[in-house]
Amino acid sequence: MVDKSLELFDCGHRACGGCGPALLARLILKGTGENVIVVASTGCMEVFSTPYPETAWKVPWIHSLFENAAAVASGVEASLKHNNRTEKVVCICGDGATFDIGMLCISGAFERGHDITYICYDNEAYMNTGIQRSGATPYDASTTTSPAGRLSTGNSLPKKDLPPQILNAHGASYVATASVAYPMDVMKKVEKAVNTPGACYIQVHTPPCSTGWGGFDGSKTIEIAKQAIECGLWVNYEMENGELTAAKKVRRIPVETYLKAQKRFRHLFKPQAVTEEIAKIQAIADANAKKYGIDIERNE
Amino acid sequence: MALRIGCAAAPGRAQDNKTGSWRVFMPVVDMEKCILCGTCVLICPETAVSDKDGQILFDLDFCKGCGVCARECRAEAITMIQEEK
Repeated sequence: MVDKSLELFDCGHRACGGCGPALLARLILKGTGENVIVVASTGCMEVFSTPYPETAWKVPWIHSLFENAAAVASGVEASLKHNNRTEKVVCICGDGATFDIGMLCISGAFERGHDITYICYDNEAYMNTGIQRSGATPYDASTTTSPAGRLSTGNSLPKKDLPPQILNAHGASYVATASVAYPMDVMKKVEKAVNTPGACYIQVHTPPCSTGWGGFDGSKTIEIAKQAIECGLWVNYEMENGELTAAKKVRRIPVETYLKAQKRFRHLFKPQAVTEEIAKIQAIADANAKKYGIDIERNE
Repeated sequence: MALRIGCAAAPGRAQDNKTGSWRVFMPVVDMEKCILCGTCVLICPETAVSDKDGQILFDLDFCKGCGVCARECRAEAITMIQEEK
């Protein structure tokens, strides 16, 4: 067990008030402990935590590019192994770097089975560069490259189902999803992943991005994250060697509650509710619920 | 002027950056209501809350006043008040 009271992510970083990824950085380091080397891709977390010449990380940290974080982590891990050292290697990347740009190197690292833990913090768009859509942007969300308007209802493609489909096919030993709404769960999963041999993957939902999602107060970080899970649009689960071993069960709420709070879905409610589009999003939540069996059966 | 190649700035720390100046609302805890569950300490994105000897302490040098602690406090012991500077 690592000492969970240790604070390895320093205060004074430049994230927005109530930032999900800033909270996640703290939680990840509480899960890994001091004996870790962090590899970061370009992204919000890299920009707000390390403006030259400052750093908020109290552990060794390396940044290279958007596309090659997994390759850098592979190299670090291979070198540590050669020198018989015990440091864990954790790769922290955003959803753009994971779902779109870095896929090639992630595939390589998982194919070779390096002993790394790859953590994707998923805020559902390229928030750092100005809210462009990524493969992780949910259906119908309005972003600067998928703007909603008279002829469009926002992003026309569903969120890519990355971890189970692609990484289990690579033979990843541990694949999990988590959310900052449940901090103890994040720490537990990170600790489990770094202590599991082979390449592991954790995807953490880090809402809300107050600039990219918009429309609500920064204090609602945890509240909105919980709603995403309660409506079924985000599922917390664990997979070991390709088998689903745990999924968080909920009493589901309608997706409207979650969508209504956010500016990026405002066009679905104003000037009048677009019921057929909301029904499509509800269908996505229903499909998730069925796939992972998250509904709590009511004894009535 | 001789400028050597490879010159670099002296290493800094994030702590040099007092983000407390961003704040509009300030958290205040009522220790009568507080049950010391530690939720605010755990969920602060700024590492600005700590508990010591049965007291909740806010580091106002770094607290950005986001109010996540006040909203998530189960005992409703934290209130955000407008700060006069």
